[in-house]
Amino acid sequence: MNAEVRAMKTAAEQALSAAFAAACDTLPGKGAVAALREDAFKRFDAKGLPHRRVEEWKYTDLRALMREAKPLAGPAGAKPKGDIEPVLTGVDANHTAIVNGRYEPAWSDFKDNDPGVSIVELFKFLADEPGYRLGETPGSGDPAHWLNTAFMSGGVALRVKRGAAPAKPIHIAHVFSGDAGAAMYPRVVVIVEPGAQLTLIESFSGPEGIDYQVNSALELVIGDGARVDHIKVGCDGGAALRVSTLGVAVGAKANYKNFAFTVGGAVVRNQTFVRFGGEGSEGAIDGASLLKGRQHVDNTLVISHAVGHCMSRERFKSVLDGESHGIFQGKIIVEPHAQKTDGKMMTRALLLSDEAEADNKPELEIFADDVVCGHGATAGALDEGLRFYLMSRGIPAKEAEALLVQAFIGEVVEEIAHEGVRDALMFAALKWLGSR
Amino acid sequence: MPAVQETVEHVRSIDVDQYKYGFVTDIESEKAPKGLSEDTVRFISAKKNEPEWMLAWRLEAYKRWLTMREPTWARVDYPKIDYQNAYYYSAPKRNVLASLDEVDPEILRTYEKLGIPLREQEILAGVVKPEGERRVAVDAVFDSVSVATTFKAELKKAGVIFMPMSEAIREHPELVRKYLGSVVPVTDNFFATLNSAVFSDGSFVYVPPGVRCPMELSTYFRINEANTGQFERTLIIADKGAYVSYLEGCTAPMRDENQLHAAVVELVTLDDAEIKYSTVQNWYPGDADGKGGIFNFVTKRGDCRGARSKISWTQVETGSAITWKYPSCILRGDNSRGEFYSIAISNGRQQVDSGTKMLHLGKNTTSRIISKGIAAGKSDNTYRGLVSAHRKATGARNFTNCDSLLIGDRCGAHTVPYIEAKNSSAVFEHEATTSKISEDMLFYCRQRGMSAEEATALVVNGFVKDVLQQLPMEFAVEAQKLISISLEGSVG
Amino acid sequence: MALAVGQPLGRDGNLNRLIQVCEDEDVALLEIKNLHVEVEDKKILNGLTLTIEKGQVAAIMGPNGSGKSTLAYVLAGKDNYHVTEGDVLLDGKSILGMAPDERAAKGVFLAFQYPVEVPGVATMTFLRTALNAQRKTRGEPEFSTPEFMKRVRETSKLLGIDQEMLRRAVNVGFSGGEKKRNEILQMAVLEPRLAVLDETDSGLDIDALKIVSEGVNRLRSPERSMIVITHYQRLLEYIVPDVVHVMAKGRVVKSGGKELALELEATGYAQFADEAA
Repeated sequence: MNAEVRAMKTAAEQALSAAFAAACDTLPGKGAVAALREDAFKRFDAKGLPHRRVEEWKYTDLRALMREAKPLAGPAGAKPKGDIEPVLTGVDANHTAIVNGRYEPAWSDFKDNDPGVSIVELFKFLADEPGYRLGETPGSGDPAHWLNTAFMSGGVALRVKRGAAPAKPIHIAHVFSGDAGAAMYPRVVVIVEPGAQLTLIESFSGPEGIDYQVNSALELVIGDGARVDHIKVGCDGGAALRVSTLGVAVGAKANYKNFAFTVGGAVVRNQTFVRFGGEGSEGAIDGASLLKGRQHVDNTLVISHAVGHCMSRERFKSVLDGESHGIFQGKIIVEPHAQKTDGKMMTRALLLSDEAEADNKPELEIFADDVVCGHGATAGALDEGLRFYLMSRGIPAKEAEALLVQAFIGEVVEEIAHEGVRDALMFAALKWLGSR
Repeated sequence: MPAVQETVEHVRSIDVDQYKYGFVTDIESEKAPKGLSEDTVRFISAKKNEPEWMLAWRLEAYKRWLTMREPTWARVDYPKIDYQNAYYYSAPKRNVLASLDEVDPEILRTYEKLGIPLREQEILAGVVKPEGERRVAVDAVFDSVSVATTFKAELKKAGVIFMPMSEAIREHPELVRKYLGSVVPVTDNFFATLNSAVFSDGSFVYVPPGVRCPMELSTYFRINEANTGQFERTLIIADKGAYVSYLEGCTAPMRDENQLHAAVVELVTLDDAEIKYSTVQNWYPGDADGKGGIFNFVTKRGDCRGARSKISWTQVETGSAITWKYPSCILRGDNSRGEFYSIAISNGRQQVDSGTKMLHLGKNTTSRIISKGIAAGKSDNTYRGLVSAHRKATGARNFTNCDSLLIGDRCGAHTVPYIEAKNSSAVFEHEATTSKISEDMLFYCRQRGMSAEEATALVVNGFVKDVLQQLPMEFAVEAQKLISISLEGSVG
Repeated sequence: MALAVGQPLGRDGNLNRLIQVCEDEDVALLEIKNLHVEVEDKKILNGLTLTIEKGQVAAIMGPNGSGKSTLAYVLAGKDNYHVTEGDVLLDGKSILGMAPDERAAKGVFLAFQYPVEVPGVATMTFLRTALNAQRKTRGEPEFSTPEFMKRVRETSKLLGIDQEMLRRAVNVGFSGGEKKRNEILQMAVLEPRLAVLDETDSGLDIDALKIVSEGVNRLRSPERSMIVITHYQRLLEYIVPDVVHVMAKGRVVKSGGKELALELEATGYAQFADEAA
C-alpha cells in the first residue's frame, strides 16, 4: 500500500535530515537552486527511503539495504597515478573527472579542444544559463532523485553544439576517493543539440573495501536528429552502495543508445527513464551485469512513448553467481495517441549458483491501439547439453562454462557501437570469469 | 448439451439493453440488517445453525478484518465502498427445502432464464442422448444461499460429497475444519478476510481417494437483491488419486448501484489428484458510462499439496465493472503442476486486473500460463502475474504467454509480470505481446462477406482459441457466444 | 452480347470500342469509369476505365507499380484507398459507398495476392461464417452444417485440398501453394459473380500453378466474370483470357485478345512507359 502512513524514521533517514539541515546553507547554488533543493528534500522527507512496498522499489528495499547515511564526502586529494578508470584503459577518450561529487579539472584529461563541445562546472553553468531548468527530464519524481537534488554537490554540464560530432568519446568518470565511507551526490547535465553526435561514457569507481555511497543523477537532453551512444560502466568497490538516476528526453528523428555494464558495487541500482517526445526516433537500452558474492544489482527502466512512430529495443542480460541478486524491471509505456509505436524488450538471467536469485518484471502499459509491443524474459541455468558438448570436445568444465557465459554476454556487448569500449567491456567480462 | 444451447438461446432472447442477464427476479427475501458488525456475523452464523467453532472462526476473521486496509496496488479505480451500506445476507424466504418442488417458482424461472438445468429430469433428458456422455451436477447459489443441489444421489453413490457449504459445516465438520482456510488463511487479504467473516454459502466438494467424479460439477451464482454483497465460499478437495472438473458461472441483474462480490475458492489436491476449475464470469459490467456493475474481488487459490497432483484454472472473464482476481497455485508437492488459462475481455468502462500466481515450492514442479486479454471501448485490462521458484524448487519450469489485443484507441492494455527465480535449475520462459486487432485480418474476413462485428468476433475467437480449448465443450460454446456479446458496440 | 466470349479484339482493339460495344447491350457486370485513386496522398490510379462483361475472363497485365493490386483492393473496398474521381458500377449501380462485406454479398470476390493468416480460426469455420453471412445479407436461408460440409468437402477434393487442411487455422502454416489453393476453394464455395484474382500465380511452382488454374477454369461460367491480374504471361497459358488489358501508371493503356499477352512476353512493358505519361 503506497498510501500508508509514514512509519518511524530509520537511522539513515534521521541522519539524512540532520545532514540536510546542517549542509543546506553551505551547499553550492543560491536562489532557484536552493529552492529546488529545499523542495526536493521536503518531498523526500515526506516519503522517506523507498522500500519494498513502493512498487517501483519492490526488489531494492533501500530502507533495509541502506542502514546508515554516510556523511557528505569532502574534497578530493591529489590524483593518484594511473588511469582514473582502469577498465577503460586503452579507450581513446577525453576524460572528465568528478571526484567525491565535485568536478576536478586536475584529475581530468581533456585533450581535444573541439569548439563544438563545452564542459562547464555544473553550478557555473546553472548561474550562467538561468534559462536551463534543472530536473525537468523524466525520472524526477523518484525519491532517490529527490535526494540527489537535495544534496548535489557538483558535477558538470556538457554541451555538444548543433551539428557537432566530437571525434572521441567523452568520458565522465565518477570517482570516490578516501579511506573512510562517505556519501557523494554528483549531478551531470548533458545537452546534445539538434543534429549533433556524441559517444558518452560514464563510469563509476572507488576503492575496494570502503563502504562509500553514491547517489548520482544525469539528465540528458537529445535534440532533433541527434545521435547519442551512452555507455555506463559500473566498477564500484565491493562495499559500495550506489543509486544512479538517468533521465533522457529524446527529440524527433533522434537516436539514443544506452548500455549499462555492471560488475562492481555491493548494492547498485541503475534507474533509467527515457521519454520519446518527438516522432521518428529510435532507442536501444541494453545492459549486462556480472554478479557474484552477495551483490545486489537492480536495473530499472521506464521507457515512455509520449508520441507515435518511435521504436525502442531493450535487451538485458545478467549472469548471477554466488548469492548475488539480479533484478530487472522494465516498463514500456505507450501513452494515448502514440500510435505506430514499436517497443520490444528482452531480458535473460543466467543463474550459475543455487543461491543466486533473479527477479524480472517486464511491464507493458499501453494506451494506444496501433502498436506492436512485446517482451520476453527467461531465467535458467547454463544449457547442460551445450556444456556437455563442449566438454566432450575436450574443454574442461570451468572453461566450457566460461565460454558459454562469454557467448551469453557477448550477444549484448556486441551491440556497443564503439569498438574500443566494446573490447574493454568484453575484456572486463573475461576478467570477471577468470576470477570466478 | 441442450441446457447450454438453451442458455445461448436465452442470451439471445432476453434483450435487456446490452446485458442479457439483466433481469430482476421478484421474490421475497430475508435479509440481515444492513451493515457489518459482530451482530451481522452472529446473525449469519445463527441463520445457518452453525456450530460454535464456526462462529468463533468467523468472529476471529471479523476482528482481523477491522484492522486491515483495502489493497490499492491493482490498476483499478472505483468509488469508496461503504461496507456499512450493504446487506451481508440475503436468502430467499422459505429456504428450508425438502425437495426442488419447494423452491420458489420465481427462482426456478430465473434459472430457466439463465439456462441452468436445475431439475434433474431436465438434465437427465439432456443426458440421454446417443453421444451425450457429459452430465453436470449443479449447485445454484441465489444471492447468498444454495438453492438446490442436483444429482445428489448419484454422486453419493460414487462417494463424492457435493453440497452447499452450510450443509457441509453441519454434516462434515471434520473435513471442513481440516481444510477450510488451509489454502486461503483467514488473514490472507482484506477481501478474503471479509469473506471469512460473512460468507453465507457456497459449494463444498470432496472426492474420495481414487474416485474420478462421474460428472462435471457446477455452481451457478446469481446476485439478485439490491445492495447485497455476495460472499460465497467454495472448498474442493480431491483426495489421493481423485479427479474432478468443476464449472462456475455467474450472472447478476442490472442495477444502478454497484454490488460487491467477494468470494473465496480453495482447492486442495493430494497425491496424484487433479482438479480442473473452469469459470465463465458474466456479472453485470455496468452501463456504457460506468454506472452500476459488480465489484468482483475474488480470492481463488489451489494447493497442490500432494506429489504429482495438478490444478488447472480456466477462466473467461467478460463481466463485472471491476475484476480483481488471481487464481493461483501453490506447487508444494513434488512433480505437481499448475495451469492458468485466461480470457479477459473488457469493454465500456470495465476495469480488469487479473492474472495468477504460480509458487514453485516442490521439486520438478511445472506451470503454464496462457493469458489473453482483450480491451475495447474505454476499458482497462491488466494482466498481473507472479511466477516464483523457491530455493528448494529444483527443476521448476514455467512457461508464460500473455497476449493483449486492443480494439479502439481509448482503451488500455497492461502487462505486469513478476518473475522470481531463486533456484539455478529453474527454467522460466515468459513472452508477452500487445497489438491492435489486425486490419488485414478484418478486411480479409469482410471481403468474404462478414460484417464488421462478425469479423471482429471471429478474429477474437481465434485469438483466444488456445484458452477456449481448455474449457469443457458446452462451456466453450457458451463462452464463444459471450465473447461476441461482450464485444458488441466495440466496432465502428 | 456483342462481344462474344473468346472473340479477339485484335491488335487495335481499344477502350473506346469496348465501351461502345457495351453500351449497345444490356448493362455490363462491371464498369469502371475514369477511376482516380490515392493511397496515402499518392496517386495510384489515374483515370482508369474498364468494362467487364458477364461471363468474361479478363486478364490485366502490367509492370510493377502500375496499379494492378490497387485496382483489386479498390474493387473489394479496402480502407485507405481513396477514390477522388470516377465510379465503379456493378450491374449499373455504384458500389463505392458499400462496405467490403456488402460488396462480397453482391458477389465480389478477391483472391488475395498475400492471403491473410487468421490464427485460431479453422478454415471450415471461417468459410461457414463467411458463406452464411453472405446468404443472410442476401436474404437467403443459411446452410445447415451437413449441407455445408458436403459442399466444402466435394470442392476441396477437386482442388486436391486435404481434409486436414480444413481443420487448420486459416492460412496459418500453409505453404504458398496451399494458401493460393485455399483462396480458390473459398471462391468455389462462395460462388461469386465477379472474381478478382490478384497475382494468383506468384510464388507457385508449375504443379501448383496447374492445380490452381484447373480450379479456376472449372469455375468459369457465363454467370461468372473474372479479372485475372498477373505480371507474367505464364498464368494465361493455363487460364486463357477472353481479353487482355495492359495497365501502366494507373490506367489501361492497351487492350486486345489473348495474343496480346504473348506479344508482351516478347516485347516487355517498356513500350508503355511513354504512352501513359
